[in-house]
Amino acid sequence: MKKKFFALMMTMVMVLSLAACGGKAETSAPADSNTPAQSGETAEGGSTFKLGTIGPLTGDAAIYGQAVANGAKIAVDEINASDSAIKFEFQSEDDVADGETSVNAYNTLMDWGMQVMVGPTTTGASIAVAAKAAEERTFMLTPSASSTDVIAPGDNVFQVCFTDPNQGIASADYMADNMSGAKIAVIYRNDDAYSQGIRDTFVSQSKANNLEVVYEGTFTADTATDFSVQLTAAQAAGADTVFLPIYYQPASVILTQAAAMNYAPTFFGVDGMDGILTMEGFDTALAEGVMLLTPFSADASDERTQNFVKAYQAAYGEIPNQFAADAYDGVYIVKAALEAAGCTGDMSATDICEALVGVMSTISVDGLTGQGMTWAATGEVSKAPMAVVIENGTYVLP
Amino acid sequence: MKKLRIKQHTRTDFLTYLGVIILFVVMNILKSNGTLSRSLTGQLVPICCYMSMAVSLNLTVGILGELSLGHAGFMSVGAFSGIVAAMSLQNIIPAVPLRLAVAMIIGAAAAAIAGAIVGTPVLRLRGDYLAIVTLAFGEIIKDLVNCLLVGYDSKGLHMAFNLTGSKTIDDLGMKEGGIAIIKGAQGATGTTTIATFTAGFILVMVTLFVVLNLKHSRAGRAIMALRDNAIAAESVGINITKYKMMAFVTSAALAGAAGALYGLNFSSLQATKFNFNTSILILVFVVLGGLGNLWGSLIAAAALTVLPELLRAFSDYRMLVYAIVLILVMLTTNNPTLKTFFSRFKLHKPTGKEAV
Repeated sequence: MKKKFFALMMTMVMVLSLAACGGKAETSAPADSNTPAQSGETAEGGSTFKLGTIGPLTGDAAIYGQAVANGAKIAVDEINASDSAIKFEFQSEDDVADGETSVNAYNTLMDWGMQVMVGPTTTGASIAVAAKAAEERTFMLTPSASSTDVIAPGDNVFQVCFTDPNQGIASADYMADNMSGAKIAVIYRNDDAYSQGIRDTFVSQSKANNLEVVYEGTFTADTATDFSVQLTAAQAAGADTVFLPIYYQPASVILTQAAAMNYAPTFFGVDGMDGILTMEGFDTALAEGVMLLTPFSADASDERTQNFVKAYQAAYGEIPNQFAADAYDGVYIVKAALEAAGCTGDMSATDICEALVGVMSTISVDGLTGQGMTWAATGEVSKAPMAVVIENGTYVLP
Repeated sequence: MKKLRIKQHTRTDFLTYLGVIILFVVMNILKSNGTLSRSLTGQLVPICCYMSMAVSLNLTVGILGELSLGHAGFMSVGAFSGIVAAMSLQNIIPAVPLRLAVAMIIGAAAAAIAGAIVGTPVLRLRGDYLAIVTLAFGEIIKDLVNCLLVGYDSKGLHMAFNLTGSKTIDDLGMKEGGIAIIKGAQGATGTTTIATFTAGFILVMVTLFVVLNLKHSRAGRAIMALRDNAIAAESVGINITKYKMMAFVTSAALAGAAGALYGLNFSSLQATKFNFNTSILILVFVVLGGLGNLWGSLIAAAALTVLPELLRAFSDYRMLVYAIVLILVMLTTNNPTLKTFFSRFKLHKPTGKEAV
């Protein structure tokens, strides 16, 4: 009995010490801010704002939430280190990509005193939080939740990424312009809002563009490990282009299996395909010739992207994906909007929200994921999607 | 002074009701004071839903003695039918509390029907078949809702099954101004959130009232008799299937009502929320609170819902700590030393009464 008790105590001690190490990394504050409650004014007459982000830091979708938290963190650190009058205190909370937990995370951040939010990361969670934020008038800018349902609840909810319909339409338009006469197969995940949303608009737009969709295959989270049925059917239907509005993990399985059965159509992905080149255990040779629509390419040669990729790699040891870039842009967008609206750190979250809503449709921001991004009053971003093709393990413009 | 002799179980029941009422009043006072953190305020309705789920599952697992692994499936049925009801009755019943009540009743009815469909064949059997079938039921419901398209316009309710995956909400042929309620895999989005803490409190009270009264009724004694020994129960003329069905369907209906309240608390809800993990979570509430012990279920549900949020300070290791706390609680509640310690209190009470 004593032994068992001792063992348990040891486990507790170990876990607590581990947790103590892990907990610190999530928050960061500018060096000159004192107590959290009265961090409004800093010595130089600048303002400190409390910026929160929400995303799945653990669980199945952790890769996206961590990318968002890390990307936002880099932007916050850059801004705090610069001579900008606006500084941020930053905190990220975990929501396991679940609506209920996400609302809890939002409430936790509000308890902390959050004034502006860059989040949540995933669509389902964002819709739940957006309703809450719209009701309570908290400014919300989601880096990566792409459904139009996210921005529907209120005029104070904005997006950094394209909406799903935008991606579907852009893909169909691109195919109509550049790949006319293609026989298209669509393989999508029908229990996922993101995948289903893009598929719906893609199919309706390809009808309008007179594109021929010869096959549609579906899968769910539980069946994302074997695609031989869908691929065989697509091959039998004579498809020479396979549209994959899905994330890169199932896409990597599809590419591997297609190569094994000597089926080599043109694979066409959307922004969820981004990240396939950095995936562990995936032979990037299989991704040669894959086309995708993405707002961000880690190989872009401009200085800001290069700096961001360098900083991200130094801090987290991996190449950032577009989620990280979206979150990075999100923080800078918030900063630009705060400057335009002339907000100060002692304003309440509601006052800041009203001020920001007023200026969001007037500002234009250059970011990693697009030049001259502007926003409609609905919250939708306007930026040009970029179609790239993978050649020799990098994205190049076709 | 003459004293009314109150049965032991009646006293426990009244204490349980009293505990819930006190908790409700205290929470409301704290809420109006503004001393309650927003994090906790936001969790009040989900806590009420989980409490109700735990009590209703305890009816199946603790009182009836059948293992159900698909309780979240009934919650799902209740949630989505409740959302459809609440959204489509917006113009007909403008009063929010009434609409919420109607939605919860419809949710309960739908879940009861699902419970009857699942229970009718399975509860005739003896053994662990219910566990397997309810497990499958939970998965089936998840997939069915993923195929479901529901919209509402001036002409009424439109519904379609998207079995091939090729239909969208536009295929419902809704008129201008129609609203999409359930959009297949995207789930129910844009739901008007009308759930309130008061409604949650009433739900918990009703659930407790139904389950406690069923437990202490003639039917309840029959249910417990067949749990303890089915052959003996049958030999004295108890209709086993009938009483099993009674407990199981009641449990499903209560879960449906809780699901409807839960669904109307969030503006976005996907069928994947009610997966196997959620079923197991509720089973954990029941096991941790004690089989057949209703106030235990209530406390376990509340504590285990709040716990992950309180552990946010541990960041990434939050769920690891959660699991360890769970194991520690299980070990300590089964600790023989502690058990004798608590049983000493229990033994003392009747003697104390006699002294009075």
